[in-house]
Amino acid sequence: MSDDFQTLIDRLPGLADGVLVTLQMTLGGAVLAMLVAVVLGFGSRTQTLWVRGPSRVVVEFFRGTSLVVQLFWVFYVLPQFGFKMEALAVAILALGLNYGAYASEVVRGSIASVPQGQWEAATALNMTWFHKVRRVIFPQAWALMIPMLANLLIQLLKGSALAYYITLQDVNFWTVELRRATADTIFSYTAGLLVYFVIAYLLTWGMNLLEERAKRRLGRGTRPSLRETLGLKPKAMYAPKVPEARGAI
Amino acid sequence: MGDIWSWERAWEVLPELLRGLVVTIEATVVGMVIASILGLFIALAMRAPTRWVRVPLKFVVDFIRMTPLLVQLVFVYLLSPPWVPGLVIGFIVLGVHYATYMSEVYRAGIEAVPRGQWEAATALNMARGRTWRAVILPQAIRNTLPGLGNYAISMFKETPFLFAISVVEMYTAAQQYGAGTFSYIEALTMVGLLFLAVSYPTSLLVRRMEIRLA
Repeated sequence: MSDDFQTLIDRLPGLADGVLVTLQMTLGGAVLAMLVAVVLGFGSRTQTLWVRGPSRVVVEFFRGTSLVVQLFWVFYVLPQFGFKMEALAVAILALGLNYGAYASEVVRGSIASVPQGQWEAATALNMTWFHKVRRVIFPQAWALMIPMLANLLIQLLKGSALAYYITLQDVNFWTVELRRATADTIFSYTAGLLVYFVIAYLLTWGMNLLEERAKRRLGRGTRPSLRETLGLKPKAMYAPKVPEARGAI
Repeated sequence: MGDIWSWERAWEVLPELLRGLVVTIEATVVGMVIASILGLFIALAMRAPTRWVRVPLKFVVDFIRMTPLLVQLVFVYLLSPPWVPGLVIGFIVLGVHYATYMSEVYRAGIEAVPRGQWEAATALNMARGRTWRAVILPQAIRNTLPGLGNYAISMFKETPFLFAISVVEMYTAAQQYGAGTFSYIEALTMVGLLFLAVSYPTSLLVRRMEIRLA
């Protein structure tokens, strides 16, 4: 067992590389997924059939065919059409498109649950469509969608383990190599799974911070912010001024 | 296009893919049966009065839920004696992994049963076991049916991970055909379309069930 730990310590630099690749896939995939999700999420809400139809088809297609199939399709089949990509780009593309389709449903649902009155009020203020979405609608929907997006992010992280099979040297690769070096399955796989667990935990924690921030910006925060905790100004300075209630006039 | 895609090869590979589809569906059904039974037990154990049960169980559940299914599959495959068929390992790992998801669905379903139901059962002097069996669980499980359907579809789409433990399901069949003939395009595309052909109608059914039960 102590030999195992010695091998593990010797292989820590390799772990750093593996974690870096896994994080590149996870975060790159998440950014692409978010772009896809916003485009398809808004596309699925439009009145125009020519936009809504294709959006729905793309969403159902990427949700319906398995991630494994999509990843290997991009890896094996696209080169035959002349699109040769680096393995990392293949992984980010497949993960981003697949989870982007799932996330687009989250975006669509969250936009739909922003009360209609918000749209009407923004229209009454003569805002352009883009301005309405950017300043009024999306911030409210964003706070709603973060918990579901956090789940998808963890799913994406777990899906990225597949990249080992398209020659990427991620955490899964490191685990396999550790097993080869120690010849101890339980030790090496427990270590590998723990690494994934820690990454997932940190990502969840980061998403919780994002949610808190999004809620705070809507004036619905539940905890004092870091600035309020560490700041020198007394708390009352930050409290919103509420007009005092008066008797009936 | 004509020289890249050949309908002949597409037809040739189809019977093997359909054989793989049967294995895929088998894995989904057995995995889901394990997941829905084990998930219920996890959800009930999470309500145990003592922290000595809840905290370790929560850690194990979170650990299984937050680590990749693929790595878990290979881990268990490497640990188990060689006479255990890969498909059985697939059933168990898929079942346990999804049981951790299902336990959340059951928890939400149990919590959604109104308090008054508990109080009414107490007022009728029902025993604790009878309250669960006759009052709480029938209502809770009705709440969980859409979640169960959604996870079944999601498990169906994750069965290709079984390729890592050399179970010949639909994806592995296509992979083998591709490796033999050096043409992956027809086989892989057909697999994707078959997945779509099964999962899309099922998801429509689940959506209808969601609306009807809501």
